[in-house]
Amino acid sequence: MTAILIMNAILAVIAILLVIAEKFLVTYGECRITINKEKILTVDGGDNLLSYFAQNKIFVPSACGGKATCGYCKIEILSGGGSILPTEEVFISRKDRLRGVRLACQVKVKNDIEVLISPELLSAQEYKAVVAKILDLTADIKHVFLKLEEPSAISFKPGQYVQFKIPETDEFRAYSVASRPSQDNIVELIVRLVPNGMCSSYIHEVLDINDKIALTGPFGDFYLREDSTRDIVCIGGGCGMAPIRSILLHLKEKNMPRKVTYFFGARSKKDLFFTEELFMLSKEFPNFKYIPALSEPKPQDSWRGETGLITQVVERTVVGNGHTEAYLCGPPPMIDASITVLTKKGIEDIYIYYDKF
Amino acid sequence: MNATNPLILLVAAIFTHNIALVYILGMCPFIVISRNFKTAMGMGVAIIFVVTLTAIIIWPIYWLILVPAHAEIVSYLIFIVVIAATVQLLEMLIEKFFPPLRSSFGIFLPLITVNCIVLAVLLFMVLRKYDFVQTIFYSVGTSAGWALAIIIMAAIKEKMMLVSDVPKGLRGAGITMIIAGLLAFAFMGFAGMITLQ
Repeated sequence: MTAILIMNAILAVIAILLVIAEKFLVTYGECRITINKEKILTVDGGDNLLSYFAQNKIFVPSACGGKATCGYCKIEILSGGGSILPTEEVFISRKDRLRGVRLACQVKVKNDIEVLISPELLSAQEYKAVVAKILDLTADIKHVFLKLEEPSAISFKPGQYVQFKIPETDEFRAYSVASRPSQDNIVELIVRLVPNGMCSSYIHEVLDINDKIALTGPFGDFYLREDSTRDIVCIGGGCGMAPIRSILLHLKEKNMPRKVTYFFGARSKKDLFFTEELFMLSKEFPNFKYIPALSEPKPQDSWRGETGLITQVVERTVVGNGHTEAYLCGPPPMIDASITVLTKKGIEDIYIYYDKF
Repeated sequence: MNATNPLILLVAAIFTHNIALVYILGMCPFIVISRNFKTAMGMGVAIIFVVTLTAIIIWPIYWLILVPAHAEIVSYLIFIVVIAATVQLLEMLIEKFFPPLRSSFGIFLPLITVNCIVLAVLLFMVLRKYDFVQTIFYSVGTSAGWALAIIIMAAIKEKMMLVSDVPKGLRGAGITMIIAGLLAFAFMGFAGMITLQ
């Protein structure tokens, strides 16, 4: 009994000491954060850059919440950031280090600091939205329609993603936008139920029509290169459908100016979705071909299409013509295998764009 | 109380009872941080600082508060929390008053919170019933011994980078373990000079 009392007393003393110390020692006064040489934030120093960005509604992506484990919050520091910490070295290549790339969550603001953030991130902002419709696509995939309210329109490139804020928490999860950019007031997401996934179970089990939610975005460098005229090969698996559907719907509006082949891998027929929509699209435009492939077709599927792993189908079907680019989205093993196959077919890796999740 | 002369304790802790090479404690940073001489120095200095400071703080807490109150049962918990708090405080102080020191050894401070030799020194202090002066000499000696070991290791590895062709499978942690083994052999040469109890 006395032991526990004494322990609590000592712990309390330590806690008080630390709080007092923090109050008196960790003050750096006002510091100015200059962003891209134009925007200036004046803050009370002592915290890390990432949290100042969040307070000022600049949405630098971060999945780990400042623990230097995800490596998403990379920014360039021009001056005032000090030298790179051992915790960051894993994430930043030698070349980037020379440019001053750092992880925003590891840079403590102690004096005036000058940073470069890609303009794309500055254009990202918070959207308040309301759930307009939820459809079941397969047994574990839902199609969620979010109507934007404040601001009421979003501008994004086909293929980019938004972050969904899980209500009542500070956690975000990234989902690719599945709708076309011209439909700028409704964002469609495709959400697969991940076992024990906090956000996907929320969306699958709790989220209901008319719920109010918050999104930030758009983010990501996986998007359709519109200045290119190359033929396009898309490879998707599972929810990898989402960004590719956005790309296809966008191309549809432009009357499918480029030759597009879309390979979609699934296990059996019940894991296929948007099948009708995509076959309709291929009927409408001879330039577009949809090739779904089942790796384990069931007898009752009476499947007459391609079978096997999606990479085997790609290997059989794609003819490298030196004028092709590829967009891949799906689970990491599928992407890695697809990159190997596509490089063998003569598609240079600078023309292979991918989004792993 | 223990009757060993504090000066003998100091020498013993550095050489005959070197905590890294004889007790094989504090291995994680010993293997990972010993890649170059400069960081090894920084880590070594930081360890000496933290170990000595925590020992000075813990000794009175243990002998003047915990023992009279028969509360030894919570001592591990208190030790760990005090270590963590001390490191935190030290980090704040250094950042505020000695910014140049931060770049040389400040960044190693958070790593030290979870270093086993900090706790080991406190436990030996309790186990062997050192008095306050002995504790100071013992903690300085132990941490200096650990610093010596990691600095020797870093120097050897830096030299080896230039001249040795280490087989691929042994590079990194593998060769470090072998060097540590050889160093431990060398330190066995000191054994028998002093016996601690």
